[in-house]
Amino acid sequence: MSLNRLRGSLRQVLVFSLFVILLMAGYSAYKAFGQSVDDAQTDWAVIGSILPRTDDLTMPSVFEIISGIFAEPRGVNEAFGSIVVREAAFTLREAAVGFAVGVIVGLSIAIVLSSSRLLERALVPHVIASQTIPLIAIAPIVVIWGRKNLDFLPWEWHDWMSVSLIATYLTFFPVAINGLRGLHSPSSEALELMDSYAARRGQTLWRLRLPASLPYLFSAFKIAATASVVGAIVGEISAGVTGGLGRRILLEAQRYTTGPERLYVAVLFAAALGIFVFLTISLVEYSLVRRKGTEAVL
Amino acid sequence: MTSQPAPAVEIRGVTKVFNPAGANEVLALDNIDLNVAAGDFVTLIGPSGCGKSTLLRLVAALVESTEGNVLVNGKTADQARLDRDYSMVFQRAGLFDWRNVSRNIELPLELMGWKAADRHRRSAEMLELVKLNEFADHHPSELSGGMAQRVAIARAMSFRPALLLMDEPFGALDEMTREHMQNELLRIWSETETTVIFVTHSISEAVFLSTRVVVMSPRPGRIAAVIDNELGTRDDSARDTPQFFANVSAVRKVLRAGEPR
Repeated sequence: MSLNRLRGSLRQVLVFSLFVILLMAGYSAYKAFGQSVDDAQTDWAVIGSILPRTDDLTMPSVFEIISGIFAEPRGVNEAFGSIVVREAAFTLREAAVGFAVGVIVGLSIAIVLSSSRLLERALVPHVIASQTIPLIAIAPIVVIWGRKNLDFLPWEWHDWMSVSLIATYLTFFPVAINGLRGLHSPSSEALELMDSYAARRGQTLWRLRLPASLPYLFSAFKIAATASVVGAIVGEISAGVTGGLGRRILLEAQRYTTGPERLYVAVLFAAALGIFVFLTISLVEYSLVRRKGTEAVL
Repeated sequence: MTSQPAPAVEIRGVTKVFNPAGANEVLALDNIDLNVAAGDFVTLIGPSGCGKSTLLRLVAALVESTEGNVLVNGKTADQARLDRDYSMVFQRAGLFDWRNVSRNIELPLELMGWKAADRHRRSAEMLELVKLNEFADHHPSELSGGMAQRVAIARAMSFRPALLLMDEPFGALDEMTREHMQNELLRIWSETETTVIFVTHSISEAVFLSTRVVVMSPRPGRIAAVIDNELGTRDDSARDTPQFFANVSAVRKVLRAGEPR
């Protein structure tokens, strides 16, 4: 890694840290301001009329949230943060499997559709329509199917696989649409060149269309990876699958009054998981795609 | 009878209509006859819209003729394409920017299923031919326009096709680079004994490079004249000979005659 790039990444880390600190400061300031207005018992302020009220229950302090990571819940001999990390790993597995299957499905759709204008025109609207079905509506169906109707598979079907399937539903779409654009991206001269060498379709796909698609695909992968985490969490919640972050968020919401900071911790870890998968894809892109004047987003 | 070598390219009564029977029907080429002998360097010159690029693509079988036929090495153009009898160079070098220079040159060899060791040996030879040995591992974004076009020529010549089809290959280069590339191309042509069909709209380029200049006129595309272009020596010094200027004038005269008044 060159010095310039190192400096660039360092700057991005600094900017991000600064952003997090500013976010915490803004949160604390708003909370303090809202509480001081409340204490003064005036109706003068916007708080309570335009902006929501604040109190310790709805907005635990930054300190409380951070100590919530290290506190051991009653009756458990383990820091809450470490429990949530384990659950995040469970959700990550669902998301990763969902992402991988989504990439394969999305790319296959893109390749099939790119082979014929007629197919593309006929089927792209259906691909788009597939995304109008609300995820929460199909999640229980997928889980019920997984439990009852997939017993013919050579491996045992677990509920988390159904959640992966729900994540796949979100991830295949950007890959298919961006992949299609990428496969169409080579210039007519590049295609004529391959024709002039009497290249077979598969050769043109493998040596021209797919490599030319990589920048398009990686921007899709970044969207798909974060979407797979969202899909896994929402899938867990609406399908009632236990063991992951979705279940944790649901649980902490139900017992919010006895420990509001725990819900905040769970949600922060969910956000961190999304950032983690995004950065992972960016790193792979950085090492794979060679573009003049552009750098991986880090 | 003197033994005439079989023509490398035979174009017989070729007509090309784009969008036939459509609202925007265009007669691009009208009844073209042309023979290109093996070892010839033929340029197609004419104003834009005269169908010179279309004619080149007909020879390459990238476009189908509406009437007439095109024979390359005695076969149909499409069979010649499948047999890899020719190679093409475009105005834009069209190098794949995810491949380094060597691997760009090896592209056609990969498509033909050559073994890696043979490919590497040949790409090294080709880099020698275009004098870019030290750039083997560079990526296209690191090359100048002239260097990129030399790589494109090396790529086109890598499997030693008998016929080279060039579509305004130096059109995007500055004048100095252009003259240098013309000298290089003539050297490569004489070293490899390849037949070349070269599309250009520069009169001096056509006269400097070719053994025959085919002047075309537009709407519909027709051959206005075929001028035999004898220059004696074929190197940089030919640019300043009276013969060179005389031939430039001759080509210009035919081109002017085709202009609408």
